[in-house]
Amino acid sequence: MLSNIAFYGAIETGLIYGLVAFGIYISFRVLDFPDLTVDGSFPLGAAVAAVLIIEGVNPWLATGAAVIAGMGAGAVTALLNVKLNILNLLASILTMIALYSVNLRIMGRPNIALLTEETVLTPWYDLGLAYHQVPVLLFVLVVLVSLVLLWRFMKSETGLAMRATGANPRMARAQGIATGAMIVLGVALSNGLVGLAGALFAQSQGAADVTMGVGVIVIGLASLIGGEAVLTPSTVFRALVACVIGAIVYRLAIALALNADFLGLQAQDLNLITAVLVTLAIVLPGVRTSVAARLTRKKA
Amino acid sequence: MITATDLTLTFGKGTPLENPALRGMSLTVNQGEFVTVIGSNGAGKSTFLNALAGEVMVDSGQIIVDNQNVTKLPTYKRAGSVARVFQDPLAGTCEGLTIEENLALAIKRGQRRGLSAAVKARYLDQFKTSLTSLNLGLENRLGDKMGLLSGGQRQAVSLLMASLTPSAILLLDEHTAALDPKTASFVLDLTTQIIEEQKLTALMVTHSMKQALEVGDRTVMLHQGQVVFDIAGKDREGLEVKDLLELFEKQRGLEITDDSLLLG
Repeated sequence: MLSNIAFYGAIETGLIYGLVAFGIYISFRVLDFPDLTVDGSFPLGAAVAAVLIIEGVNPWLATGAAVIAGMGAGAVTALLNVKLNILNLLASILTMIALYSVNLRIMGRPNIALLTEETVLTPWYDLGLAYHQVPVLLFVLVVLVSLVLLWRFMKSETGLAMRATGANPRMARAQGIATGAMIVLGVALSNGLVGLAGALFAQSQGAADVTMGVGVIVIGLASLIGGEAVLTPSTVFRALVACVIGAIVYRLAIALALNADFLGLQAQDLNLITAVLVTLAIVLPGVRTSVAARLTRKKA
Repeated sequence: MITATDLTLTFGKGTPLENPALRGMSLTVNQGEFVTVIGSNGAGKSTFLNALAGEVMVDSGQIIVDNQNVTKLPTYKRAGSVARVFQDPLAGTCEGLTIEENLALAIKRGQRRGLSAAVKARYLDQFKTSLTSLNLGLENRLGDKMGLLSGGQRQAVSLLMASLTPSAILLLDEHTAALDPKTASFVLDLTTQIIEEQKLTALMVTHSMKQALEVGDRTVMLHQGQVVFDIAGKDREGLEVKDLLELFEKQRGLEITDDSLLLG
């Protein structure tokens, strides 16, 4: 079974990917905007935070700068789509590719170690908790605050306008909603959350790496879809809670798969396992209903 | 009041599919007037309404709504003065949002939206009163998803949403065409009732000549992107579908071949 450290490690990463899932919920679900920018904005957040931290900037300020950088990346994708009429998916791929170069420029090298630096986690180690529990505590707080703020926002006049923009753009325009502006705001917000996740990930893992964004979109989607399978997202609040649950369940499933010796899986199999899990998460709810339908049909 | 002057609009300009939808169309609708608009397929009815709403931009001409030149304004900037109900009952509301959320979107039509809660306690009484007037029992279902409602119910709510805040003009684009006859007549009655009560200026496109003569106080017929005739007041009283057809033939020397106009 899972060791204590592996368990807390899975929860810790799960919480960070919960933030990514929030972002993906905004783009994929609220706005119906398939956005792959996150593969670039995740390492962007990490890069910005890492560079500022080694420059001696306060780690919370550095994390805030990472959020703003992520929002900027999202705004670029949205503007490519809204102003230049580039297909949303393609627009996000363009930004993602561009960000690879931008991230290398920001860091000046492929990776930056933060092991000896003061991070947002440093003061929390004095609380007397076990070493592997500290990040979990801090990230639970960050995720809870983000969840409540995001939930309140989605219930606000502007948030409702954003939800209408994704659900029925023609109706939204007829109600006087500037749908283009809503897409820019939403995609920016989404990538701001992903930038935050990247900054926290770099600080808890002790390094920022230019390749750390590969597959973030798939893991985020896996969390989102998995969470929706566990908890039906009938309200915004449930959908947001589902994001966090999905992300944690996903990381636990990965940790279990890698730890189960009889499966013979190793760390390099991670992406394969991810792809299989995402496929299962997408297909299983459908299988469940079709099996149920077949069973009831037989009874009748 | 709206004044549309000499509107022209050609779809697919410079391509083999070039299609002139509006060809110098002019129409003035006075304050408080309820105008019904008829015409065969391709006459430019929907295009005209879309041009007024800002969904399509005209190539030339001018549109003035309540003394404001809106010709170049996008839809969302006109929404404060233009309310709409679409033909498709699914188009006017958001099925993923609750009834109260849909109404809360509509109560802010054309106004600035901030960060305060969208569904405010002080709106609820107003929502309930207006929903009660529909007699559909929806006043007790404010928290239900819009998608749970039937097409007719959704169209009734769309109509309510369009009249929740004052507007210079209400545009109805064949808004009963997709409903079964009984629901269609319910929604039509509701339409005339709301327009009368709130003294709205309205433009209703319909495919049925009979309906066009029965409701409203002025009828305009479009053909090939222009107004071919425009009757109101005494001339319109007692007019029947066959009179309308004669009028049309006299004006144009054409016979109407579009069956749906005759059968409706």
